[in-house]
Amino acid sequence: MSDCFFLFRPESKYYKMDREKLKEKVLGLVPGLQSEETRDFTAVTVAADNLHALALQLKNDPDLLFDSLLCLSGVDWGKELGVVYLFESTKQKHMLEVKVKTTDREKPCFDTLSDIWSGAILHEMEVFDLFGIFFKGHPDMRRIFLAEDWVGYPLRKDYVDEVNIVEL
Amino acid sequence: MTFNIYDLTTFFQWVDEFLRGAMAPAWAVTIEWVLIGLGYLLFFAVMGLFLVYAERKVCAFMQNRIGPNRVGLYGFFQTIADFVKLMMKELIPIKQCDKFLFNLAPFIVVIVSFLALSAIPFGPALHAIDLDIGILFVTAVSAMGVIGYLLAGWSSNNKYSLVGGMRSGAQIISYELSVGLSLMTIIVLAGTMKFSEIVELQAAGWFIFRGHIPAIIAFILFLISSTAEVNRGPFDLAEADSELTAGYHTEYSGIKFGLFYVAEYMNMFIASAIAATVFLGGWMPFHITGLEGFNHVMDFIPPFIWFIGKTFFVIWVIMWFKWTFPRLRIDQLLTLEWKYLLPINLVNILIMSFLVLMGWHF
Amino acid sequence: MEEIINSRVQDIEVQDYHINIGPQHPSTHGVLRLVVSLKGEIVENLQPHCGYIHRGIEKMCEKDTYPQIIHLTDRMDYLSAHMNNHAVCLLVENALEVEVPERVKYIRTIMDELNRIASHQLFFGTFANDLGATTCYMYGFRDREKVLDIFEQSTGGRMLQSYYTPGGLMRDIHPEFQKNTKAFIKYFRKKIKEYDRILTGNVIFQQRTKNVGILTKEDAIDWGVTGPTARASGLSCDVRKHHPYSAYDKVTFNEVLIPEGDTFARYMVRMHEMRESMNIIEQLIDNIPAGDYSAKMKPIIKLPAGEYFERVETARGVLGVYVISDGNKNPYRMKFRSPGFCNLGVLNKITSGFKIADLIAIFGSLDLVIPDIDR
Repeated sequence: MSDCFFLFRPESKYYKMDREKLKEKVLGLVPGLQSEETRDFTAVTVAADNLHALALQLKNDPDLLFDSLLCLSGVDWGKELGVVYLFESTKQKHMLEVKVKTTDREKPCFDTLSDIWSGAILHEMEVFDLFGIFFKGHPDMRRIFLAEDWVGYPLRKDYVDEVNIVEL
Repeated sequence: MTFNIYDLTTFFQWVDEFLRGAMAPAWAVTIEWVLIGLGYLLFFAVMGLFLVYAERKVCAFMQNRIGPNRVGLYGFFQTIADFVKLMMKELIPIKQCDKFLFNLAPFIVVIVSFLALSAIPFGPALHAIDLDIGILFVTAVSAMGVIGYLLAGWSSNNKYSLVGGMRSGAQIISYELSVGLSLMTIIVLAGTMKFSEIVELQAAGWFIFRGHIPAIIAFILFLISSTAEVNRGPFDLAEADSELTAGYHTEYSGIKFGLFYVAEYMNMFIASAIAATVFLGGWMPFHITGLEGFNHVMDFIPPFIWFIGKTFFVIWVIMWFKWTFPRLRIDQLLTLEWKYLLPINLVNILIMSFLVLMGWHF
Repeated sequence: MEEIINSRVQDIEVQDYHINIGPQHPSTHGVLRLVVSLKGEIVENLQPHCGYIHRGIEKMCEKDTYPQIIHLTDRMDYLSAHMNNHAVCLLVENALEVEVPERVKYIRTIMDELNRIASHQLFFGTFANDLGATTCYMYGFRDREKVLDIFEQSTGGRMLQSYYTPGGLMRDIHPEFQKNTKAFIKYFRKKIKEYDRILTGNVIFQQRTKNVGILTKEDAIDWGVTGPTARASGLSCDVRKHHPYSAYDKVTFNEVLIPEGDTFARYMVRMHEMRESMNIIEQLIDNIPAGDYSAKMKPIIKLPAGEYFERVETARGVLGVYVISDGNKNPYRMKFRSPGFCNLGVLNKITSGFKIADLIAIFGSLDLVIPDIDR
């Protein structure tokens, strides 16, 4: 039998940057970042070109160490399409949100982050399937939920389907 | 001979003389063949159906539930209902399969089962084929069953079936060796391969008691290897229904599947019958030397009942460990045979030969 | 002569042997298609094709009000229905800064833990069944029925309850809830020893599961694996410990970590977790405070504009709910970070190099529920 050990965690004893310091550090990583505060976490908006560079630094910087991709969600903001990433650090226990937007609704395209966090592979396939956002450099960009020959991207706000969607 | 009341030899001789007196000898022999064949066919069918029902009930009781209890009293006619359903099902033809081999495979398996059944002694005179090389005949004939499984897997034109058929072929061929060698241990003790002589030699005591340690080891080895031969129990990955849907008989429907199914249960019956005959005394009652009264009471029970009782005991043990253990993987199964069972078998034969030479058996 | 043979050999094209462990299969626990490329019996590559049960829950959420969304979340990971409901309720309550009564917190925690036990019982049954030990399936379900009876008495539903609402519970618990739960715990503590006797100590089972499908801790963090699967690789990721919610800060329990990361470890983590859940319930069941079963909420719930994120620990891992609200009664965008979807990604990595029979064992040990993956 393997020996299993139990951990009882009273408090998190790891170094944790408070939100001000975290915001300062992150804003200094790449140029052109805007930030806003939500109740739970800091959110930064980055331009599509700097996304990959920012992500690399977020993962590798010894103070930040965002090694866990918590959530990857596509969003349709009406005029813009974009992706929202939620990162967390298993060591430093802080959380950060990164938003990236594009106004190109015909062929939206971002860099893939699946070479940095492998968990992004399936999530980016889902975003491509439901929003139509293409990720450059993704190993297997295909529709994952809908059929291969489906036309349209259902989670966009302007998606209309008379057959399958019943408007109440 | 103490079991005269149940010895049917005189009855069968009377039938034989009557037929020869009534018609030409060739016709008499033919009619005898037909009668014996029908008798065995009936036994095969009835025993097969009963074993399917028994398995469902035994399995249910081990899993803390009841099992079939709606069709007939205590669910007795459940298998008959299943059989009728299978007869009425559509035989789905496959588009691009090898039709001849596809149709041939279930019949090979059933024929092999029949042949092996005919060599087993059910009672003092209830014995169809009594060859001098009885055990060798049964082992040889059941080896031919592999052909049926491989043909079924190949001709189905289905990747799952092919994988299942290959697994089954490798498994059966490997475990043939262990079956043969564990039977050989008893042949060393008995000195003969003829089934009726083996049973009669056990009048003084069953071989499992007379051969003590090597006979018990041989019995356990025989149980394990014959379960693997029959594709049952923890060794049923050829038809592992949670992995390959149904292995080599995925594509068979209706009565062809029914033939595979019944043949599997009859193979289990045959393996248990051989275990009961060779190790547990066949139709010999249980005698303790010295207790004459006890022996006379034991003799009143008909030998056929003794035989069936012992066979069902072994069947119950086989069913018990099918429903308890998880399945082995193919490489673990082959490792078990080639690295563990085979060397133990060889050493066991040596020990038994030594015992027989020194006269240290009972 | 040899040169001719060698040159012919180079002309032969080797194709992969693809097998479909198709949407209809007894072991995939739902409708998932795995395209497996084999070399003999060894699995080289594995591609999952999901979407057979994609119902568009996230799109439906954009048209539903928050109490209606609770009913949709039940159907995602139906084996952790209570915990899915809990996630959305927590999000709404924290966003509106509503304080739920203590009674509600205790009852929610107890119901969550009972649900976790039920889910792990089903895992035990189906995992053993995949490996061939069918009797364990019957044992697992026999004991699960007791938990489902407790649920049905209080909530009306066995597997899908929709019992929590934003602000509290839909109705109070049945008067016999405490008695039945205590009786169940007493009964199950004896029965779980049977599970160990029939399966855990079995040599065949240990040979099939030890050193099979090893997931390292770094891979678990990289792929976003959470839940018992990650804890079996030594990664401490229990939301109940790191970000406690409801009554979890009032109980003491262990977070089970096993460093090996193989299939046997994943199985053992769940067995131990069932015992830990029973410990949690025992600490809470006698001390449920009296009070209301729901806080006062407005009839129409509107979240202030902004973004919110909440997570709970389901039986499979971390369920994260991310909401972008624009002040209406429907969320603008609701995203469920489901544990199954993230755990599925790692299947290819840990299966390559093992046999088909091992694939079944590894897949069973990941404990995936396909509606959770497809939403």
